[in-house]
Amino acid sequence: MMFGMGILKGLWVTLKNFVTSYFCKPGSGGIFTVQYPEERCAEFENFRNFPFLVYDGSPDKIRCVACGICERECPPKCISITMATDAAVPNTVDQKNIKVGAGKPARRPEIFNIDYSLCMNCGMCEAVCPFDSIYMDHAFETTAMGNRTDLLKHKEDLLKSNDYFLKVRPTLAAAVTEKRRIAEEKKRAAAQPPQGPAL
Amino acid sequence: MANTFEIKQTENPSMLEINFGPQHPSTHGVFRMNVMLEGEKVCALKPVMGYLHRNQEQIAENLPYAAIMPYTDRLDYINAMSNNFGYALAVEKLAGIEVPERAEYIRVIMAELTRIVNHMAVIGFLLNDLGAFFTPVLYAFREREKILDIFEEVSGSRMMCNYFRFGGVKRDLTAENLAAIGGIVAKLPAFLDEFEALLTKNEILCMRCQHVGVLPADFAINSSITGPVLRASGVNYDIRKVDGYSIYNRFDFKIPLGTKGDVYDRYYVRILEMRESLKILKQALSKIPQGEILNKKTLPLLKMPRNLKPSVGEAYARIESPKGELGYYLVSDGTPQPWRYHVRAPSLINLTVLEDICLGQKIADAIIILGSIDIVLGETDR
Repeated sequence: MMFGMGILKGLWVTLKNFVTSYFCKPGSGGIFTVQYPEERCAEFENFRNFPFLVYDGSPDKIRCVACGICERECPPKCISITMATDAAVPNTVDQKNIKVGAGKPARRPEIFNIDYSLCMNCGMCEAVCPFDSIYMDHAFETTAMGNRTDLLKHKEDLLKSNDYFLKVRPTLAAAVTEKRRIAEEKKRAAAQPPQGPAL
Repeated sequence: MANTFEIKQTENPSMLEINFGPQHPSTHGVFRMNVMLEGEKVCALKPVMGYLHRNQEQIAENLPYAAIMPYTDRLDYINAMSNNFGYALAVEKLAGIEVPERAEYIRVIMAELTRIVNHMAVIGFLLNDLGAFFTPVLYAFREREKILDIFEEVSGSRMMCNYFRFGGVKRDLTAENLAAIGGIVAKLPAFLDEFEALLTKNEILCMRCQHVGVLPADFAINSSITGPVLRASGVNYDIRKVDGYSIYNRFDFKIPLGTKGDVYDRYYVRILEMRESLKILKQALSKIPQGEILNKKTLPLLKMPRNLKPSVGEAYARIESPKGELGYYLVSDGTPQPWRYHVRAPSLINLTVLEDICLGQKIADAIIILGSIDIVLGETDR
C-alpha cells in the first residue's frame, strides 16, 4: 500500500464522523450528548445515588424505627442514629415518685444523620433495612454551597414522602407499598377479636 | 525527597533528572516517574507509587464479606464488574457457594462487556498520549457510553456497579436489557472496523509504536506479567482458558497473540481481544437460560450480611481481568470479617517492568509505553 494511505483513510473516517454527527440521528452516529442543565437524559429507575428516608403521609409518620442496622452495616460508616426517648406523661408519678414513661426508648429516630461526603452510594443500607424505610435517591444535584458540613444531612433533609418514592422508583416503590398494605391488612385482621358463630 | 539517582548523576553530570507526575495528564492518574535523561534518552526510570493509597486491604479486614464488594469497585474503577467477579469467586470458593446457571451467563456477559469498555478506554487514551488529541478517545467513549447505560440500568451505577452477589448477581437482566446488549454486540464490529480504519494502518501510529518498548517473552514471563501485555509478547496465557473459571470453557474463542511485544502489538492485541469478546457475548446471549439469578441459600445474606461466616481456611480466586490476572486472596478465621484480604493487582505487577522496557527509549516514548501497559492507579495503590 502506498505510504500515506493510512493517514488519508483515517482522515476520511474523521470527516465522515464530522458530517454524520450533524446529519444523523443519535442512534446512528449523530450527537447523543445533551445540553445539560437545559436538557436532561431520562433517568434509569435503578439509578442509585444517596439514601433518603421514607415517610407515609406526614413527616411524623416516619417508617424508620431507629433499629440501627443500616448504621452498623454501612461500609464507610456514614450513618449515625440516636433513638428517641419518650417524654414523661404530664402530672403522673409512680409509687417511687418517678415520672411515668420518661426515658423509655421510642421506636423512632431522634437523630438520623448521613454524611454525604462519606457515603459511597453502594446501596447496602437499602438492602439491609427490614422496615422498608431507607432507599437510594435519584437526586444528584446535591451541591454544598457553604463548607463541607453542609453535606452532613439531618433527618429533616433526608425525609421524603412515599409519593416521591413512587415517583422516582415506580416499580420498586409500588412493590414495597403493596407489600406493606397486605401486611397492614393482616395485622388489622389479627387485631380484631375473632367473631365465632354465636352459641 | 533525596535525589533518587545520586550515584548515576555523579557518574555523568550531563544527565538531567525529570520528575513526571503525580499531576501529569499522561500518567493516567497520580503516578509519578523519576526519569534520568541524557538528551532525550531515558537512562533510568524509577516509578513512585502510593499517591492513591486508600488502605483498602486493612479496611476490608474490618468489614463483613458482603460490605467489601463496593470497595472492589474502586480498585480498578474502569472495570468494576470484573473486580466484583473476582471477589465473588473468591468468597464463593471460601464458603462453598454454588452459582445458578443464569447468573453465570449474566456474569460472563458483564465481564466481557467490561473488557470491551476497558480496551476502548485504553486505546483511546494511548492515542491521546500519542498526540491524537481526543478524537479517537471520543469515538471510543461514544460506544463505551452505550455499554455503561446497560450497566447503569441493571446495577444502578455507571462505573461503581456493585452488581455481583455471593451466589449470583443483584438484579436480573430483562428481555429488553438482553435485546439492548444484542444490539450493541451487533453494531460494535462495524465500529471496530471504522476504528481500525482510523488507526491500525495509520503511518504515524505505526512509526511511533512499532519497535518501541519491546518486552521479550521470556522477560515477561520472569516478571510475572499477565494480560494483554503478556499476550502481545506472544505468550499464550489467558486465565479464561488456563483456569476455565465460571463457564468460560463452554465458549468458543481464540486468544489473540502478538509477535514482537512492542507497543503496537499491545494496541493490536486489545483490538483483537474486543472482537473475541464479542464472539463470547454472541454465544452467551444465544445460550442464556431462564432461571434463578441468586442461589437460594445466599438469599438471606442480602438482609443479614454478617451471617456469612466461612469456616476457617483460605481461598485464592483469579480471573482474567482486562488488565491481567486479578486475584483475591482471603483467609477466614470463622468470623464475619476476613482475617486477611489481599488483592493481586495486575496493574501493579505489570508496572514493574516499566524501567526495563523504557531504557534507551526517548522520553516521549516512555509515555506511550506507560499508556500501553494500561495501569489504573486505584488498583496499583489500592
